[in-house]
Amino acid sequence: MTTSAVRVTRAEYCVIACAEAWRDNGEVLASPMGLIPSVGARLARHTFSPDLLLTDGEAMLVGPDGRPEGWLPYRRHLAMVTGGRRHVMMGASQIDRFGNQNISCIGAWERPARQLLGVRGAPVNTLNNPVSYWVPKHSTRVFVPKVDMISGVGYDSAAAAGPSATRYHRIPRVVSNLGVFDFATPDHSMRLASLHPGVTLDEVGEATAFALAVADEPAYTREPTPEELRLIREVIDPDGLREREVRP
Amino acid sequence: MTDKTMTPEDVVARLSSGMTLGIGGWGSRRKPMALVRALLRSPVTDLTVISYGGPDVGLLAAAGRVRKLVAPFATLDSIPLEPHFRAARQGGAFELVEVDEAMFMWGLHAAANRLPFLPVRAGIGSDVMRVNPDLRTVTSPYEDGETFVAMPALRMDAALVHLNRADRLGNGQYLGPDPYFDDLFCEAADSAYLSCERIVDAFGDDGGSGPGGVVPQSLLVGRYAVTGVVECPNGAHFTSCVPDYGRDEAFQKLYATTPWAEFAERFLSGPDEKSYQSAVQSWHEEQK
Repeated sequence: MTTSAVRVTRAEYCVIACAEAWRDNGEVLASPMGLIPSVGARLARHTFSPDLLLTDGEAMLVGPDGRPEGWLPYRRHLAMVTGGRRHVMMGASQIDRFGNQNISCIGAWERPARQLLGVRGAPVNTLNNPVSYWVPKHSTRVFVPKVDMISGVGYDSAAAAGPSATRYHRIPRVVSNLGVFDFATPDHSMRLASLHPGVTLDEVGEATAFALAVADEPAYTREPTPEELRLIREVIDPDGLREREVRP
Repeated sequence: MTDKTMTPEDVVARLSSGMTLGIGGWGSRRKPMALVRALLRSPVTDLTVISYGGPDVGLLAAAGRVRKLVAPFATLDSIPLEPHFRAARQGGAFELVEVDEAMFMWGLHAAANRLPFLPVRAGIGSDVMRVNPDLRTVTSPYEDGETFVAMPALRMDAALVHLNRADRLGNGQYLGPDPYFDDLFCEAADSAYLSCERIVDAFGDDGGSGPGGVVPQSLLVGRYAVTGVVECPNGAHFTSCVPDYGRDEAFQKLYATTPWAEFAERFLSGPDEKSYQSAVQSWHEEQK
């Protein structure tokens, strides 16, 4: 194969980084929100995490061919959340250094400058099952020092709320168009885990409104295997919708 | 046996200003839109609305009928942000009780079970506690000693839901993939009004292989929890009501992008539901 034939796009690195969130998760529900996380979850299901459960986006659990294997209406989905057998990747309008996330509103809650969705299931998700985040456009507007409305609970907020908040709380990773971030630091502050190939440390620093910890040896997001590229390009997302969510 | 059939106007005549009103469905899915439209034709206002919010919330907010909203979100699903809910919030038009989706569900369960609250591991650590200073926590009396949110019962004066089929006694059937929480809404309310696509003499005509030719699990709402039944074909429009019909995406987009006065004038100023449905039909004809 020639080099040009396997040139990997930024969106494809993002897919790989999202898929990796569900590695070694076992038999749990992968709940991806957004297109790139969906492609990532399905890639993980097709390759290294075959026991993952996936939904059709409505009330059915479906196999890799899209055929139903189970029923998961909202009321049972909420029980799956609290039972913990789930790893969700949510969006974030704002996220801070300790992983507090906001999808509710921008500005003062009492009279928001911009009303967004509301807290949705972010509070119950973050206290009960692993919650990762996906940010398609990494900027200082999203990676903020302090979120306006804590919807998803971060490490500092969970610790302040006590043992029943921290008991099942975990934020495995944040994936953006620039890199992968985690909270593997002594104080659970956000750390740069890997840069996507082509991205510089300065680029990430300029797009983040707080100081990021950096892993001892700043790594790069891994390359997809040829089989993974084939699955992404020919099976899971043949229309290339991923390229619309992330600008190269 | 009591025949509970009534018209949308009959339902609204039983509602009054200042009531706490639960609305079934979820987002832009199987909302009792015909009953909401009937409400808009009435003078009933100053409502406390309890809803997994969709265009039901948007319509009532745009028309200035909401004093207080209890909700975890408001969305049109395919259009993430509900424009009239947004405008109302940004204009400070009503009081909001913003809770998590699971907190909301346990609030419905508490109300249906006549309990003052139920414990839930959601809310603490988040700003749901900051913006709802009345929320209290409860500590487990057992060895774990854990602390939870004591989600108060979401008791309501009246509930409005829409299902695929119902009989004249108030038994209701859903035929789509998700019951949402409509049974809980009915049980959490002092009176509940069920609109449906079609009133049937007996269930089972839509297929099914269970006892009596009906899938028993599809019989979601029991007549003991229903006050009135309304036959409203297309009564969830423009939200989805599968398998009878999907969401009317084109019309929802129109709703989301048309200035409220213009939209209300063209589609909501008629004397009844029939005039709404024919205005929608004319609009679709124009698009061809």
